[in-house]
Order: sequence, then C-alpha cells, then structure tokens
Amino acid sequence: MSRIGVFVCHCGRNIAGTVDISTVVEAAKKLPNVVYVEDNKYTCSEVGQDVIKKTIEENQLNRVVIGACSPRMHENTFRKAVASAGLNPYLLEIANIREHCSWVHSDDKEKATAKAIDLVKMAVAKVARHQELFPKQVGLTKRALVIGGGISGIQAALDIADAGHEVFLVEREPTIGGRMAQLDKTFPTLDCSACILTPKMVDVAQHPNITLLTYAQVLKVSGFKGNFEVEILQKTRLVDHDKCTGCGSCWQKCPQKVASEFDFGLGNRKTIYIPFPQAIPNKPVIDTSNCRYIKYQGWEKDSKGKKPPECRICEKVCPTDAVDWGQKDEIINEKFGAIVVATGFKTFDHTTYGEYGGGRYPDVITGLQLERLMSASGPTEGEVIRPSDGTHPKTVVFISCVGSRDDHIGRSYCSKVCCMYMAKHTIMLKEHDPDIQSYVFYIDNRTGGKGYEEFSRRAQEEAGALYLRGRISKIYRDGPKMMVCGDDALMGRPVQIAADLVVLATGMDPSDGVVELAQTLNISYDTNRFLIEAHPKLRPVETQTSGIFLAGVAVGPRDIPDCVAHGSAAAVKVVGLLSQDTLTTDPMTSIVDPAKCVGCFMCEDVCPFSAIYRETTRDGRPVAIINETLCTGCGLCVASCRPGAIDLHGYTNQQLLAEVVSLCR
Amino acid sequence: MPVDFQPKIIGFLCNWCSYAGADMAGTSRITYPSNIRIIRVPCSGRIDPLFIAKCFTEGADGVFIAGCHPGDCHYIEGNYYARRRFALMGDLIEYLGIEKERYQVRWVSASEGKKFSQIISAFTDKLAALGPRIKG
Repeated sequence: MSRIGVFVCHCGRNIAGTVDISTVVEAAKKLPNVVYVEDNKYTCSEVGQDVIKKTIEENQLNRVVIGACSPRMHENTFRKAVASAGLNPYLLEIANIREHCSWVHSDDKEKATAKAIDLVKMAVAKVARHQELFPKQVGLTKRALVIGGGISGIQAALDIADAGHEVFLVEREPTIGGRMAQLDKTFPTLDCSACILTPKMVDVAQHPNITLLTYAQVLKVSGFKGNFEVEILQKTRLVDHDKCTGCGSCWQKCPQKVASEFDFGLGNRKTIYIPFPQAIPNKPVIDTSNCRYIKYQGWEKDSKGKKPPECRICEKVCPTDAVDWGQKDEIINEKFGAIVVATGFKTFDHTTYGEYGGGRYPDVITGLQLERLMSASGPTEGEVIRPSDGTHPKTVVFISCVGSRDDHIGRSYCSKVCCMYMAKHTIMLKEHDPDIQSYVFYIDNRTGGKGYEEFSRRAQEEAGALYLRGRISKIYRDGPKMMVCGDDALMGRPVQIAADLVVLATGMDPSDGVVELAQTLNISYDTNRFLIEAHPKLRPVETQTSGIFLAGVAVGPRDIPDCVAHGSAAAVKVVGLLSQDTLTTDPMTSIVDPAKCVGCFMCEDVCPFSAIYRETTRDGRPVAIINETLCTGCGLCVASCRPGAIDLHGYTNQQLLAEVVSLCR
Repeated sequence: MPVDFQPKIIGFLCNWCSYAGADMAGTSRITYPSNIRIIRVPCSGRIDPLFIAKCFTEGADGVFIAGCHPGDCHYIEGNYYARRRFALMGDLIEYLGIEKERYQVRWVSASEGKKFSQIISAFTDKLAALGPRIKG
C-alpha cells in the first residue's frame, strides 16, 4: 500500500507569487494514497530537506512527490534527501510547477493553480507505480581525452596530467597552440603571446602523462561515462616522426610554396612544413594536396596532362630518412573515462559584408591578419605593411562588430574580445610607428574585465586613437587609399576617412566541424553552433551527457584568461571523476520479461548502444536480454517491442499511462 | 460548443531537448496558454504510438509530441524512429475519426524556449477553434 507524501514548494515568490499554494495543498490531500501534504518556503534548502527526511520517518511515507522546480534542476538533490530517510531514492517524483507553470502562466493565477494541481495529480499517480531501483557499480578507465589543442585544451590537459592521470590530447592541425599562437601580444598586459604560450606547449610535449596526437581527428565515440571507446584518425604526415629530428633541412629546400593558412594567406609556406617556428611537435607534415611528388605519383597512374617534376627533394636532404611516402592514415582505438571538448573558434568570414569590400580589397584585413603582420615570426617579421604594395600605413581605420551583434547575418551575440583587441592594436601600432593615426568605429566599447577599461583609456589617451561611434556604410578604393564612409552618430554627421589600411574586428564563429563532433558525442549545441553547458551558471563546464566536459570558446566567446580558467575548471571535473575507483550506473534501464519475449529481436536492431543480446531460455527459446551497464535508458526498445515484453524502469508504460489517465479523469 | 472552451492538451517531451526547451521558456518567463500538461519521457523514441491513442480515448483534445532536432538526439537516433512512427500515426489518427490537427509533432531544442511557447500558443488556438473532441 502506497503512503505518499506531497511537498509543495513556494520557491519564495517564484511559485507562490502565481500559484495559490494552499489550494494546491488542499487538492493534494484528496488524491488517492496521499497521507501527508505540506508546503515549504524553499524545499531545496537544508531546512526543507530536513523536513522531508523527518516527515518520511514520522509518517512512514513510502513514496514522495515534490511540487517544485524542474526535475532537471533538483532531482538529484531531492533523491539524496529521500535516501537520507532510508527510502529508496527512486521512489520520488517531481511535479514541475515552476518552469512549466508559475513562470510561464504568471498572467492567469487561477489557471496556473489549476495546472499545478493537475501536475501534482499526475506525479502522485505516477509515483504510486514507482519501484525501488538499485544502481550498480562499474569500473572506469582512468584516462582522459582532450579534443582541441588551443590554450583551453592545453590547460585542461596539463592540469589533468599534473593530477596524475593519463591524457590524450587530439588536435586537428599539425601543431597545438590554436588561435593564441597566432597572436602577437595579449591584452591588457601586452605580454608576448608566444612567450607565455610556447612554454605550455613544450610542457604538453614533454609531460610523461600526456600523449599528443596532432594532425588527428576524433571519428567515433561510443560507450558512456567512465568507459568511452573512441576511434581517432591519425592523418598521414608522410613523415616518420620517430625518425625526424626537426632539423628543418626539408622545409628549407622544398621548392613548392603555397599560401600559409597560419598567416591567413599573407605569407607562404612550403608543402613540407611546420605551421610556425615554435610549433609543437616541431616536426613537419607533407601537404598531400600540393606536394609535387604526390602529383607526380598521380600522373604516373593516369598520364593525364603535363608530366610534373618528380622532386622528392625533401627525401634526398633528410639526414634521418624520415620521409615515408608509404605512410597511411591510421585508426587508433582507445578507451577513456572522460572527454573534454575544447574545439575553439575561427574568425567570422567577412566576405559576407559587401559594404566592406566583400574580401576584394587586399588592404582590408582582419584583426588576426594584423596580428600576423605585427608578429616577429609572421610573414613580414613584424613589419606592418600594406598587403597591396608593401608601403607603411599611416592612417588605419578599425571597424568593430564585424560578424557580431548583427541579426542580419545571423549573429546576434557579442564576441567579447574585439573591443579589447582593437584597443590593443591601436597601442601596438603606435609603438610600431608613432606617425600612425588610428580611428576606431564602434557601436559600444565593451571593456569589462580586470584592467580592461584602463587599457581602453590608454588606447585613447596615450596612443591617441580616435574613437568614433557609428557604422561604416561603404569602403571603396580611391587611388592608393581606401575611402571609408561612415557615420559619426554622436556628432550626428557623416564622416569619410582616406585610410591606408582597414582592420575589421571580426567576431568569433565556432570551429568548422563542431556540429558533427557534437553529434558524435551526443552533446547539444545552440543556434549559433556553440556547445551548451549543463547549466549556464552552476555547471558551466559539464554537458548533459555525463563524462563529457567543455572548455573554452567552443562554449561561447571568451578571452584568454577566461579560457585558461575554463580549461582548469573542466580539468577539475575530470580529475574528480577519474579519482573514483568505481562509478554508480543509472538504474533507469530497460528490462525484458522473458516470458513475453517472442524473440523477434526488433529491439536489438533499434538499440543505438548495442545493449541488447540474445540468450536461450531453459526451454530452448531465444530471448532478448539487456546489458544494464550499456543501456542508457532511452526506451527505444520499449516502443518497438511488439509483444510488450520490454519496459523501462522509471518510465514504465504503466507509469506514463497513469499520468494520462489521472489527468483525464 | 461552450463559449469559453479550454482544450485539454497532453504533451510528451523528450528530457534532453524539448523538456529543457520548455524549461527554457520558464526561465525566460515567456508566457503561453496553460492548457498543456507535460509528461517527461527520456526520448521521443520512447513514446509508444498507443499512448497517443490512449490520450484521445481518455478525452484529451490534443496531443503534442516534441523531441530533439533530427541529428541532435541524445540517444543518437531515437528521434528518427519517432519521426517514422509518428508520420504513420498521423495517418492512423484520421482513420480513427480524429481530426489530424489535434495531433502535432515538432522538434524543439534545449535553447528554443521562445519557439516552444509559440508552438504551444498556436496549437492551443487551433484546438480551441476546433472545439471539444468529444462533442455533446
């Protein structure tokens, strides 16, 4: 016989402000099997939880319903409270009378109260059919996978490794370092970016607990928290990194030049290359789509077109015979207990904006391109010149919010770092050449952060940058000058500036391929393709998929200090998980009634996790059996089972139909 | 039809996207008509088509089902099974003598609180215009 206790939460005024709690309490008292009803100001508080515990004990309750916030918020909190009274924690049901009621029906209190009563009624009907469930203990793999070798991923990997756990760091590019490696200086301290980043990159390469896989990609992920099975593609480099010493003979002698991706096309690289001098690993890869010998091999097969030179110069000059033309893509299968996703960003493609030239003008560049021009290891060795004619610019115009805060291009968000990097650029340009005058067209100058506002003032007061509030309507070429036409909104007049160089403060877009990766990992992303945290405030580095964590700009725009903090935060979560010896599995899994099973194995076909296997009963019938460790409790098999032999703990047919029936009768 | 007819709507929402989307409508304080009563299920693929029939036989005026967008299923492919099942169920609904408009399947992600409220508002209006399912 069920003895159900109902606790209705006021949540301060959040629920009680809309829902008439006393009416709900009175209605709940009349529900079948309900023996006790109470309302609390804050049920989730320590006092509220104590009341639940005490009431369960005093009234011999064996089922509990809590009318409060979403179960996605506090289900675990209340399960623990119920368990503290010695009751099985799964004999609890939550009626969501806040997110699904008081907060969305504040315009009609009467109807909101009626709905809250219905929601409690449904929960009471369901909980009466709950059963005790018991989690199981499983082992875990004490090793983490970090996807993305930018500053966030590097920080996460180092922190996990320092805590004594094995880490695999997988990076798609031939080197780690990410976007931070492309920067010349960082705001607001003007630290040399490479000087603070490269020691960390070296730490990664030398750390005994870190296995670095560059030029590699995650292909498939299966399994669950504590025991993920991951398939990683190691793309062929055509260079044996075990033999290679990184001496550099090959890339000095390679005759084939192509535009450097690292320098955004402002400079060239060879086809056997390292992206930049401090790259980690400091060993080259061969770009197979441009290599002369690869083209020659292609020609040998089909003899189409002109015979290309056989080349193979890199092979000839290599002192250690490291060039390996036979090297193939390799698939690496590894097990991991936890995964950190730190896939970062790319800059917005400004060619969408016709008014800024749509990418036609070489002297309209992006902020990151300017970084490469200013960098001592960049294509111009730190000399700021116009890409068109190599002259030194004297008038530089900055345009903010290119690809940020603009609904027309589908990006309503602020990229957060642009205001600050524009200020940095104006200060650095002044240092490069005191004759340079910078103009900054902005919408709002957002400089929240420690020392940030002071830095922005410095750009204006010391570096003499002129800040003009307004948008640019058009950029066109007039002789050697770029004519920038805009609007000074504060003065209320049009402005036209004859600039030598225009710098677009392009915003952040999530990296290419992040959606595919999110789908592989079963984690959510938002309309801007940024990954979604389990809770934006309280669980900022977790995902809704247990065991998968997030770090850095993949979640949303943030600057380097925030990325480092985020990476460390994710690492703490991973270390917390990996420091356990066993993991408790969710008991809300499917279960087969072998007496009803007809052995059609439809369930086996639909199960996305291969959690169903075949077994023969004593009387020789083949039946389906669920592997509770692999089962994630999705319930696909339940809905596909024709004889109704499968049910899902926690969401049984009976429970769900009881909700329907209680509502309608 | 009564003047102030309030349709009874039962919603089955997957825990990971649509239930969270409805939560998002709550945290964003976006109001919508209060007629819908939401039942939480782990995945849209958990919903047995018979649940829908049961809702209508028990007297619901409308049934709403929502899951993750195709490709975004927390359980990899649950919503694809749901999509196929509910496409067929849509045909069966008419065969059972129930207006097709009383049954709606939509994809709502965890960030689409506004979209959720818009869908529910429109669906409620439509059902109110249709009147009670069991007339008399």
